[in-house]
Amino acid sequence: MDYFFIRKLSKAKQYLYSILLILIVSSACYLFSEYTGYHTTALLLLVSVSLIAMFFDFSPVIVTAIVSALIWNFFFIPPRFTFHIGKSEDILMFLMYFVVALINAALTINIRQFEKREQVKEEKENVLKLYNTLLNSLSHELRTPISAILGAADNLQTNNDKLTEQNKSDLVAEISLASMRLNRHVENLLNMSRLESGTLQLKRDWCDMTELVYDVVNRINEYETTHNFNIQIPENIPYFYVDIGLLSQVIVNLVHNAIQYCPKGTTITIYATCLIDRLELIVEDEGPGFPEEKIASVFDRFYRINVSRTGGTGLGLSIVKGFVEAHHGTVSLRNKREGGSVFTIDIPAKTSYMNDLKNE
Amino acid sequence: MNNPEILVIDDEQQICRLLAITLESNDYKVHIANSSREGIIAAAQYSPELIILDIGLPDESGHETLTKLRSWFNKPIIVLSVLHDELNIVKALDNGANDYLVKPFRTGELLARMRSALRNTLVNDESSIINCEGLVIDLAGRSVRKDGEYIKLTATEFTLLSVLANNEGKILTHQFLLRHIWGPGYIGQSQYLRVFIAQLRKKIEKDPNQPELLITAFGIGYRFVCNP
Repeated sequence: MDYFFIRKLSKAKQYLYSILLILIVSSACYLFSEYTGYHTTALLLLVSVSLIAMFFDFSPVIVTAIVSALIWNFFFIPPRFTFHIGKSEDILMFLMYFVVALINAALTINIRQFEKREQVKEEKENVLKLYNTLLNSLSHELRTPISAILGAADNLQTNNDKLTEQNKSDLVAEISLASMRLNRHVENLLNMSRLESGTLQLKRDWCDMTELVYDVVNRINEYETTHNFNIQIPENIPYFYVDIGLLSQVIVNLVHNAIQYCPKGTTITIYATCLIDRLELIVEDEGPGFPEEKIASVFDRFYRINVSRTGGTGLGLSIVKGFVEAHHGTVSLRNKREGGSVFTIDIPAKTSYMNDLKNE
Repeated sequence: MNNPEILVIDDEQQICRLLAITLESNDYKVHIANSSREGIIAAAQYSPELIILDIGLPDESGHETLTKLRSWFNKPIIVLSVLHDELNIVKALDNGANDYLVKPFRTGELLARMRSALRNTLVNDESSIINCEGLVIDLAGRSVRKDGEYIKLTATEFTLLSVLANNEGKILTHQFLLRHIWGPGYIGQSQYLRVFIAQLRKKIEKDPNQPELLITAFGIGYRFVCNP
């Protein structure tokens, strides 16, 4: 892993360290040149260039190769302190030194290319793994509502005379519900791809949290009436300068997560408060909570607590995390002692106490 | 007005079929066009009472179709958009669309929007009293009553309410409202609007947290809805 650390050094640092190494080695040789002789110096310098080639990129290597050759020539090959070379065998030595140093540099290119290929391969494998997880959960999550729609439609078409009016309206309600579910999955997929593509840009506007939270809950209540909602927002909460669309999606996903994992008839509580230039949003439920050891991974992409259980593409909470982080905020999860889980969102945002404005 | 004629401009056959069934069963006469070019010709040929226009058309952007239509067609146009993309929607509204719906939409919603768009064109005689579920707005007398009781509104609140109510059912963008009520210097100061909408809701809605009259379209604007 140290090796990777070295590779991650910036180009400037790579140059600096390479030149430093060459300078140290050549000064040492210079001090002991009486005992070593200039041929040994050539070998020691070559070893240094090889060492640099093992870790650094091509361009620092070629630069050190040239610099070290020049240093060797100038300071060590007699006559010293000139670039002139006296003996013909020394000219040959110098040329050989130069060739070997260049070969070193050339070999680095090969090594780096090989590493790159390996890295690309590994990345591809990771993407493939992620893709497979996605396909598995998606094909289940998309096909379930499609099956419901097709089944209900077939029933209405072929069994029409046997169905009571009540049956028919139930089937139509199933089609409606399944379509909403499909639509939600598609929306989450689109949001995920917005996050993944890195093109997400916040469209900030002043947000009235009371209005937004009630709007989300009212919309969900139109088709999911299985849970109770308790909304706790202080009257004097300021407006927050946030991306209302993204924040709305965050609340929708947290509430749907709670609906999915909590028994019918339980209460989902939503708090919003202002903590000096920060918005704190809490979604609390009375469900089973999350296994402590799994809390860290619930925000990972495609993660689901219990794969065999229906519900969720595993996208919802990772979108929550992505959208909150796009606001430079944080999201955390904890279990309550008395049962149920608590999602806390903390977003730094400009606030406006305009709503305290007296009537004009 | 029996069987008003509606022109649907959309290239998706399934949506066209669905709209045709829905609209015909609600006593509208439906014409279908599958491209911008066909749509403009059909609009000239049938002069429909209302046009439903998809923004994503094969031959040119629906925005261009909208601009071309608006140079001579003055009946309502409702725009359909696939993505909930506020910029696109606001652009269409600025270019003269009366309303918008995001696919997938419920047909009930479409019919309601169509009714109010058609109503808007029918009642153009500055009827100075608007009556809506116990809320009576007297535009000339500048008074508002709720369930018979007079409500005190500030001047700005009244102006905002009357602009919205006068355009019943029509979505009015933030920019439009800010420019018309506060002036061009206030464009972008959407927090003013939020304050006054919240105050109005407290005064005229049964439950300000579940508004039925003043409806928010997040990122776009507000509409006054009166369900008869």
